[in-house]
Amino acid sequence: MSKLILERLSAQFGDAVLETSTAFGDDVAVVTRAAWRGAAEFIKTDPQCLCDYFVDLSCVDRCDPNVDDLDMDDRFEVYVIAYSLKHKHRVRLKTRVSGASPTLPTLTSVWAGADWMEREAFDMFGVRFVGHPDLRRILMYDEFEGHPLRKDYPANRAQPLVPYREGTFDKLGPFLQDEGMPLNRSVTLDDRVDEH
Amino acid sequence: MEPVDLDLEESALDLPSEPMTLNMGPSHPAMHGTIRMVLKLDGETVSDLDVQPGYLHRAFEKMCERGTWAQVFPYTDRLNYVSPLLNNVGYAMAVEKLLGVTVPRKGQLFRVILGELSRMSDHLTCNSAMAMELGAFTPFLWLMKAREWIWEACEEQTGARLTHSFFRVGGAAFPPTAKFIPQVRAILPKILEVVAEGEALLLKNRIFLDRTQGVGVLDRDLAVSLGASGPVLRSTGVDYDVRKDKPYLTYDEVDFEVPVGEDGDTYDRFMCRFEEIRQSIRIVEQSIALMEKIPAGSPDDAVSITDPRIVLPPKSEVYSTIEGTINHFKLIMEGVDVPAGEVYQYTEGGNGELGFFLVSRGGGTPWRVRVRGPSFFSLQASKSMIKGGMLADIIPTFGSVNMIGGECDR
Repeated sequence: MSKLILERLSAQFGDAVLETSTAFGDDVAVVTRAAWRGAAEFIKTDPQCLCDYFVDLSCVDRCDPNVDDLDMDDRFEVYVIAYSLKHKHRVRLKTRVSGASPTLPTLTSVWAGADWMEREAFDMFGVRFVGHPDLRRILMYDEFEGHPLRKDYPANRAQPLVPYREGTFDKLGPFLQDEGMPLNRSVTLDDRVDEH
Repeated sequence: MEPVDLDLEESALDLPSEPMTLNMGPSHPAMHGTIRMVLKLDGETVSDLDVQPGYLHRAFEKMCERGTWAQVFPYTDRLNYVSPLLNNVGYAMAVEKLLGVTVPRKGQLFRVILGELSRMSDHLTCNSAMAMELGAFTPFLWLMKAREWIWEACEEQTGARLTHSFFRVGGAAFPPTAKFIPQVRAILPKILEVVAEGEALLLKNRIFLDRTQGVGVLDRDLAVSLGASGPVLRSTGVDYDVRKDKPYLTYDEVDFEVPVGEDGDTYDRFMCRFEEIRQSIRIVEQSIALMEKIPAGSPDDAVSITDPRIVLPPKSEVYSTIEGTINHFKLIMEGVDVPAGEVYQYTEGGNGELGFFLVSRGGGTPWRVRVRGPSFFSLQASKSMIKGGMLADIIPTFGSVNMIGGECDR
């Protein structure tokens, strides 16, 4: 039923719609960076689509640091999901931005809800949304360096605002930096034995 | 005695005031310990504010990329710790969708029953805490009594009171215990009574009505554009409920209504939640009846699928047969092999649309787990509810949003 949106998008934007698919009941359209804002406005305002309800906006890091180049051209996949309260259909609109300079026009003027979600995508992945009225970190603190959900950010890297205490303690945690269980699954017991 | 300033206009009595910046939270009891609000005050009016979440950020999404698919379940419990079973169900259904499996009918009804019990406990907690923050302590204690019965029933079934981790990819940990269904049957009428008592205590209380009616109003169109969901959205008059709009599990077989408000104020959000408790009771009653109609021994009469590639073997087999041991070992060490693909699965959580966006590249570990926590969206909407209102109204307004730090900050 909601293939309608994909057809409307393809008819309107032609080659700017890179691919469309339907899997697990989700309708997905991938558009070029240039068409991102226009496509979002179209699915919201077109009377047959009318996706006025903002569901979600987030990002996926498609780069495997062991295999791929960190600056690959389609590293970050930003998606937005919108739903039509009237027609009861939804669509997932995606676009890909490069690892070298991840920038994308903001959707805050299309859906007000994009405000915090874009801030989160910026905070977690470092995608810069051009034209966003207030692009600050939202979940992490200002002093935090890097973007934690990028695949090349190590899961066990800590950035404490207050330095770890030195010396040993006779009590249970909080543990010092090299104590306790590592967060990273790839660290085996042997690695930890070697370290000491 | 007549007041002496009867003939004065009220505005003439206003004292001149200078704008003032006030930090509220994060360690403020009414901010539930996790939200900071930077307020610009003009007298007692909030002229502008900045809502700052993130103090409970625990790297949920990063942690999910480190373990197996099954190891995500304990994290989902902690997303919304007053209705953990709904989160378990939402995540389990997302992975099942990627795997292309469906839980047997009894398992589906079982998920509905436990999920609705969780929803009741969620709404009871929110409404009672909000009333308490307005100084009404008795309804808090009475409604907590009802929540305690629900948690006792959940404890009987799952063994845990708060973080159950009960559902699995492909079903549930155990079938219903012998005592569980009778216990649920026994508490449902008692919960109804307590809800009626709570309403009787509050809804004729002039102070409570004045503090909630017309306060913290959210505009309908703005709520839609912001992606607010659950009681926050429905209080504005939009009848969007995932259970009705895109029925999952067995919600299309049961008869229930979606309560909506009119004004989108604190009072409407409060009343929507109370009415939803009543509707949840109806759903549970009907689901128990449907469950009892399933013929014993039929394929429907199971809570889990039996595919050994997905579901753990019974412990008796693990300890006595080599096949069971290997099966257990493979599933625990390598995880369920989920085929590559991506899916957005959404259910109606305690606070609204709870979505899991999963990306798999094959293998036992998720590539990306994104959770659309409804609280994050409701909190974003709270800015427009609070702006322009009184400082003291922040507390009931924020309480009625039911911000749950776990799913908001992840």
